[in-house]
Amino acid sequence: MSEEFKVEIVNPEKSFLVKDDVSEVVVPAFEGEMGILKDHISIISFLKPGIIKILSKSGDENYYVEDGIVEFKNNNLSILTSTIFNLADMDKSKQQDLLKKAEEEANKTDINDQSKYLADQKVEVLKTLN
Amino acid sequence: MASLDDLKKRIASVKSTQKITKAMKMVAAAKLRRAQESAEKGRPYSEKMNNVILNLSNGISDKENAPKLLSGTGQEKTHLCVVMTSDRGLCGGFNSNIIKKAKSYFSKISDEGKELKIITVGSKGNDQLKRVYGDKIIENISFKDSKNANYFDADKVGKMVIEKFEAGEFDVCTIFYNQFKNVITQIPQAQQIIPLNNEGEDSSSEESYEFEPDEDEILSNLLPKNISTQIFKAMLENSASEQGSRMSAMDNATRNAGEMVDKLTIEYNRSRQAAITKELIEIISGAESL
Repeated sequence: MSEEFKVEIVNPEKSFLVKDDVSEVVVPAFEGEMGILKDHISIISFLKPGIIKILSKSGDENYYVEDGIVEFKNNNLSILTSTIFNLADMDKSKQQDLLKKAEEEANKTDINDQSKYLADQKVEVLKTLN
Repeated sequence: MASLDDLKKRIASVKSTQKITKAMKMVAAAKLRRAQESAEKGRPYSEKMNNVILNLSNGISDKENAPKLLSGTGQEKTHLCVVMTSDRGLCGGFNSNIIKKAKSYFSKISDEGKELKIITVGSKGNDQLKRVYGDKIIENISFKDSKNANYFDADKVGKMVIEKFEAGEFDVCTIFYNQFKNVITQIPQAQQIIPLNNEGEDSSSEESYEFEPDEDEILSNLLPKNISTQIFKAMLENSASEQGSRMSAMDNATRNAGEMVDKLTIEYNRSRQAAITKELIEIISGAESL
């Protein structure tokens, strides 16, 4: 029996990625990293800034996301996100750009705790990418 | 009858207008393809988003404490209308259709004695509405600088709407845009986004989900995103509609200009012939009298 399932990443502009030979996906869910394997129970959760790891036969892929929602149902994993970058395509300058933006956001004083927390997360994740 | 010189000038001017409309049609056709493509590509996102929200709102047990974005404020006193139009003209009835739809909604609202607030997106809508509803327009946004509809812009509008909602400035929010059906048909739409209107949609899946964190928290995070998504969808549909509308309008204009050139050319030839005949008659009768 195959241990593979389908993953689809959609951003507002287009369907970003569709893969149907995925063996495991690790998503940065709001309450901690979550690994999803085949036949996981149906779940809806949302993401905090972090790295999505997709493990498949054809190779592993890593994506940086800033927010999003995951829905897993009938061995279909849908990830909706507004900002996503493939780490393989991410160069230093792009990363610095994002980091600068995130730091600016984190240093704002007029934001609520949750946005502050999310911005801090972004900074943290982006720093570890170095 | 106009003189030969006048006719000649008119033919030349109609011909140059025709050149412009023809070029605009070509440009619109090229842009249409791109806009249509991105509208189609954007659909999965908003559909998926809708699905998730539908599943969530069905699963929610405590309807009374549901987020306000979903259930509304409990009253319908102030209506906010987001009217989305284009920044450029020469696109046929595109803008007028939205405005007409919006105006009929506005008058219904005022007849019911409710308060009205308007946000216009796109400068053409603002131009048309400010004469009558100038005092009702609270914001005017225009994305002249961005070439294509992008999510970032939509998010800006969405955040603004949510901010105003949370400040208690309105109870119901409706967006107006043109839905793209095909190149010649665009349907003006009024879509209520706050509170979310799920009527008529039946979620067939009774499957239970596991939620992490709980439903309420996910919903309160998801709903603001959904607002931006719906606005983005409207923007995509709008830009496809705009190009489609412009293309067919310019196609008509080009054809009309062609007809006009034909008509004017016939008239020109006729009056030229008339002038020649007249001259001949004069010469002949002059010769006869000698």
